[in-house]
Amino acid sequence: MSILVGKDTKLVVQGVTGREGQFHTLRNKAYGTNVVAGVTPGKAGQDVEGIPVFNTVRDAVEATGANTSMIFVPPRFATDAIYESLDAGIDLTIAITEGIPAHDMMRVYTHLQRSDQRLLGPNCPGAISPGEATVGIMPTDVFTPGRVGIISRSGTLTYQISKEIGDLGIGQSTVVGIGGDPIVGSSFIDVLTMFEADPDTDLVVMVGEIGGDEEERAGEFIAANMKTPVVGYIAGFQAPPGKQMGHAGAIITGSSGTAQGKKDALEALGVRVGTNPTEVAEIVADTLK
Amino acid sequence: MDLFEYQGKQLFAKYGLAVPSGEVADTPEQAKAAAEAIGGTVVVKAQVQVGGRGKAGGIKLAKDPDEAYAEADNILGMDIKGHVVKRLWIEAASDIKKEYYASVTFDRSAKKPLVMLSAMGGMDIEAVAEEHPEALARLHVDPLVGFQPHHGRWLVYHAGIDEPAQKGVLDALTKAYEAFIGLEATLIEINPLIWTADDRVVALDAKVSIDNNALYRHPDLAELQESVTDDEQERMAHERGVTYVKLDGDVGIMGNGAGIVMSSLDVVALAGGKPANFLDAGGGSNAEAVATALEVLLSDPKVKSLMINIFGGITRCDEVAEGLLTALDKLGATLPIVVRLDGTAAEAGRAIIAERAPANVVVEPTMLSAAQRAVELAKEAS
Repeated sequence: MSILVGKDTKLVVQGVTGREGQFHTLRNKAYGTNVVAGVTPGKAGQDVEGIPVFNTVRDAVEATGANTSMIFVPPRFATDAIYESLDAGIDLTIAITEGIPAHDMMRVYTHLQRSDQRLLGPNCPGAISPGEATVGIMPTDVFTPGRVGIISRSGTLTYQISKEIGDLGIGQSTVVGIGGDPIVGSSFIDVLTMFEADPDTDLVVMVGEIGGDEEERAGEFIAANMKTPVVGYIAGFQAPPGKQMGHAGAIITGSSGTAQGKKDALEALGVRVGTNPTEVAEIVADTLK
Repeated sequence: MDLFEYQGKQLFAKYGLAVPSGEVADTPEQAKAAAEAIGGTVVVKAQVQVGGRGKAGGIKLAKDPDEAYAEADNILGMDIKGHVVKRLWIEAASDIKKEYYASVTFDRSAKKPLVMLSAMGGMDIEAVAEEHPEALARLHVDPLVGFQPHHGRWLVYHAGIDEPAQKGVLDALTKAYEAFIGLEATLIEINPLIWTADDRVVALDAKVSIDNNALYRHPDLAELQESVTDDEQERMAHERGVTYVKLDGDVGIMGNGAGIVMSSLDVVALAGGKPANFLDAGGGSNAEAVATALEVLLSDPKVKSLMINIFGGITRCDEVAEGLLTALDKLGATLPIVVRLDGTAAEAGRAIIAERAPANVVVEPTMLSAAQRAVELAKEAS
């Protein structure tokens, strides 16, 4: 089994005819993901290598029963695309787009709390359940089916850690990129809750970074609610205060959001934290023994 | 993007938030002329983005234009905690009855705007929050509802704002929230917000940060950005669209993806070295992106060695290797460069470097060994 994406995923891609959108849609399909539709306004009736294109998400849902949407449209149209997906009743929306204004996300997030729909991202690489389905831009070769769940705010670092774990012969149940923006639709806690309920996940790796307090809050959640062991990693010990380190959300504000503060908080709550990706993999292997 | 005080005050004025009348001055002559135009006693204020300007001598009263000239001459060029003063804001002095604190912030944790108000203004608000939490009224606003008058009333009463100033503070909060939304700010902080002798409420300072992702909707604000960066490499990177942050070490670092670059800085530090920068060449690092990134890194004379850390996903390591060779050919760098390639087409990439790269380029198999090697080479070179 897996979480978020898998055999039941019926994917519609918003922005399917764009260069990036098309490239990744076809890669997702080639991996085995059930891609049922694409959406580009004004291009209904066309197809992308056999995937039918619709004008609106609602049309796509009515015609194909899509339950998951992947958003590949540029930032200035992405907020509208998220609302369109939610309004069409899509269960899981995965927003890959980087650069959505924070005020837009503040409103989207508030709106989202009024339903039981789920949003992953924005500014995320998507999610993969190895051997079942992938939705997003992750390099599928890095992953192997297994029983470790991974949640991360960063793309490349996730691939790095997955590979280090893979090198020790350990595969993944589902790998989830929650996104590098200050406000994302699903938090560490949301995804930890799903992994805790998944009988096929034996351990979870949580890859955090500087900025905000999601890791600290996740630590408290883990201590209070989780039987599944969690191993942590935090990037950004060398980051100076007040500077944005690539991701819009990776910024230390005043004295809060530091890597050291997060590591200390997690360790105080009993979560083991590796100091580099290699050590994280070693701790995972050690914990699973 | 953080704005200077004078930029913030000019924006406040557009939103109807009262600020003292003032002018920008880049020379003592301009300061004198500004003082003459404003009339009466003025305040000469250093425009630097760092706290503690007053204590450092960067804020002075001047009774007449000649004094304004003298103070400006003194403050311009002053180094305040590493920030050199290049610009002044000359404004009419205010007759202060009391100092308050007001702010609207983007609360990441609650994912909502947070409005804060205190009757204890003019001091470090983090200290107030710690020592007198009851003196700081805090209220989250539902972004889909907006700031309503009752929010303002609740804050004004709970912060203990003096009765004659209540109406003015209420108005200031409403306008600060409008500015927060209108500018797509992540921070609007007014410390102090003053109650004047003639019962007006005026913003005496302005701290404004704007969401970079929203700048495309605010071309007027985007223009303000150029005046903010001092550092040569940061300016180069900005012009070339490269994500770069200057640090104070000597091991230059580049990688593909924010997370892996942050992690690279950390492993360099763990290996006993000091990272010179953060540089994310982007997820789809092609040959051109690598060349651009190298150009920025190599222009920094402090850099003694480079660590290039690529995890190929969509990015192909053989393309990165080719890009590196092309860039080195063009730029002719001689400093030691340690390359670590993993993921898609890593074997091919390593082979390209082994066969065709100049002797100063070495390949290491892992992130940790690459960091160690880059640190050793930086030490040897210095």
